[in-house]
Amino acid sequence: MINTDILVIGGGPAGMTAAIKASESGAQVIIIERYHELGGQLIKQTHRFFGSKKEQAGIRGISIAQELTEKIENHSNIRVMTEATAEGYYEDEVVTISHENKFKKIKAKKVIIATGASENMLAFENNDLPGVYGAGAVQTLMNLYGILPGEKVIMVGAGNIGLIVSYQLLQAGVDVEAVIEAAPKIGGYLVHASKIRRAGVPIYTSHSIKKAIGENSVQGAEVVELNDNWEMKVGTEKVIEADIICLAVGLNPLSDLLIQAECEVVYTPELGGDVPIRDENLKTTKDHIFVAGDVAGIEEATAAMLEGEIAGLKAVSEIGYSNENIFEELNRLKTELNKLRSGPVGKVIKNGIEKVRRGNYVGKNRYSHLR
Amino acid sequence: MRIENHPILDLDRDEEKEITFTYKGKEIKAYEGETIAAALYAAGIRVLKASSKYERPRGLFCAIGNCSSCHMVVDGIPNVKTCITKVKEGMVVEEEVGKGDIVD
Ligand SMILES: Cc1cc2nc3c(=O)[nH]c(=O)nc-3n(C[C@H](O)[C@H](O)[C@H](O)COP(=O)(O)OP(=O)(O)OC[C@H]3O[C@@H](n4cnc5c(N)ncnc54)[C@H](O)[C@@H]3O)c2cc1C
Ligand code: FES
Repeated sequence: MINTDILVIGGGPAGMTAAIKASESGAQVIIIERYHELGGQLIKQTHRFFGSKKEQAGIRGISIAQELTEKIENHSNIRVMTEATAEGYYEDEVVTISHENKFKKIKAKKVIIATGASENMLAFENNDLPGVYGAGAVQTLMNLYGILPGEKVIMVGAGNIGLIVSYQLLQAGVDVEAVIEAAPKIGGYLVHASKIRRAGVPIYTSHSIKKAIGENSVQGAEVVELNDNWEMKVGTEKVIEADIICLAVGLNPLSDLLIQAECEVVYTPELGGDVPIRDENLKTTKDHIFVAGDVAGIEEATAAMLEGEIAGLKAVSEIGYSNENIFEELNRLKTELNKLRSGPVGKVIKNGIEKVRRGNYVGKNRYSHLR
Repeated sequence: MRIENHPILDLDRDEEKEITFTYKGKEIKAYEGETIAAALYAAGIRVLKASSKYERPRGLFCAIGNCSSCHMVVDGIPNVKTCITKVKEGMVVEEEVGKGDIVD
């Protein structure tokens, strides 16, 4: 058994800032990450970030990841375990992990869960063919390993991720045959849309994918127009040739561990899926467990980093590593976060968070039948 | 296929880091630090396993260890997530069919 003050699960921006904040008070922190380096989604983001200036807008995701990783390395009371996956959460607050081909147990005074999100799948015929990828997988191949995922791509989804990844594919030399979007409007920022339109890529709104074509891997797709009720219009099918179908249709909070740990979890569309009920300091319905980042609701790295700091700070203060200015500091972070959520997207997120705020939620816990 | 020129990323590959592993008995070149799935994709191999019920071809989907679409048999061990496991010199990688057998 490994003992520690704070265990952070997930080494993305939320987990990294949580670990840094917690360690600054002198607490012993362990951060585990299933990949072989820290950074989460940031390590594949070669574009300049949107978000607030103060929270590093304009800087590329990869640089933010590097900066935070260096900070963590400089804190001697943070132990980093990579290629370490949290597998289970037990009643006695023991977390089991697989690390270096061994099964290990960790017990911490407080646990911060920052596991991020997984990508949504879309239902269509042959959606399991090799060549149908999540947008994150395409980014991983291209931006981490410098490997072309294919030659011609159909991008499904014109939100920011679909648009940004389309641009990154163009940069890598892949032909983007089309971006298709089920909604009647482009969801992402127009600056991103204009960039790829200028490169000659058509964006088809009110369109969806009917099926993937191919035997052993993708050779194309049948796309179809949608009517005002989002139903497929018969007779509008057309075939587009491509060897990649890239899905950028949203993310889903990775809340499995929270459910195992019996934190109350509620389906909240504004936040992208099943998210934990929590208080304003990101503490869940379990006294032991805090959350931060996309697992608490799909948002942005900038928000994830602030949430990580809040959770980290509050968690250590509850086990006696308080500093004098903790209340001021927590307030400052919460004000920042609030400012970040001031736009139209932020409003939706705030509505979602209000619904799952501890004390506000009335209704049945989504997983109570499993107990 | 590997990207040779990129406007932002520095993709200089260190020849000293070149390694070799085998897939279905064939030798494949890779670079230290790459995952098994990435190295196979670089070599143009996209089918990694056959699904457990209908044995349909499966390839990479999430590339972050979430979905199990990339399970392969590595050095005799089944159900290895090749998207998050680094490739090593001399590794023996096989396509996985079905659920994979438990090893002693
Ligand atoms: C294409 C794209 C573009 C984006 N652009 C922007 C942008 O411009 N500006 C912006 O602010 N945001 C942007 N984002 C969003 C941003 O990347 C995410 O909101 C942010 O990374 C969330 O941080 P996180 O720490 O919550 O999760 P993640 O970054 O997903 O990190 C979670 C980590 O936890 C690890 N993990 C999961 N489960 C386990 C387990 N059981 N055991 C151990 N480790 C585990 C994962 O491997 C991962 O490393 C973009 C996202 C994408 C995909
Ligand atoms: S591709 Fe999803 S787990 Fe490997």
